[in-house]
Amino acid sequence: MEKQKTTIILFSGDLDKAIAAFIIANGAAAYDHEVTIFTTFWGLNTLRKDQQVPVKKGFLEKAFGWMMPRGADKLSLSKMNMLGMGPKMIKHVMKKHNALSLPQLIEMAQEQGVKLVACTMTMDLLGIQQEELIDGVQLAGVAAYLGDATEARVNLFI
Amino acid sequence: MKSDMILDTKGLACPMPIVKTRKAINELQSGQILEIHATDKGAKSDLVAWAKSTGHQLVETQEENGVFKFWIRKG
Repeated sequence: MEKQKTTIILFSGDLDKAIAAFIIANGAAAYDHEVTIFTTFWGLNTLRKDQQVPVKKGFLEKAFGWMMPRGADKLSLSKMNMLGMGPKMIKHVMKKHNALSLPQLIEMAQEQGVKLVACTMTMDLLGIQQEELIDGVQLAGVAAYLGDATEARVNLFI
Repeated sequence: MKSDMILDTKGLACPMPIVKTRKAINELQSGQILEIHATDKGAKSDLVAWAKSTGHQLVETQEENGVFKFWIRKG
């Protein structure tokens, strides 16, 4: 039996939306689907390493790098962010309810074979280089995404 | 009901019960029974849908004191 496919475009860099995306991805992987998360624009920040990586960059790219959240643990909420209080509260509540944190969800997704893809065009725009992304992320463009999406029955844009 | 393996997912939130169920069932042979314990209220709908779509058979469900128990026969 050929495996079913699921794809998710993670455009958003909001913590709540990224959590939703990775919960769906992990669920789909448990359904034995071949799952692809294609990150673009602000969604790329979800896959950034949390430490600074020494890479050569121009001034604008450096500025972007400083202004954008460095990794899954630094994202802000789409609602009730309250200057960072909101994410702290959500993380506390998630722990209380035994829900996996976003970094844990990403790790679980990789363990389950979810394919994490970064959009090269927006990586260039935002000045993000492959070394700055967590290990195991593939680089691709819209055609590769469409190749997966055409064969998938579940395709989400988050 | 007799089972070949028991999986405890009590206290775990979505999507962990289903992720762990899939891992556990991969270790079983076709025809063997996996028993799952869960406290997540969505687990019932989740496991019913999951079993149906992945070709396994949900044989029985029970609930006692807020713990849901499921028996799934591997397809």
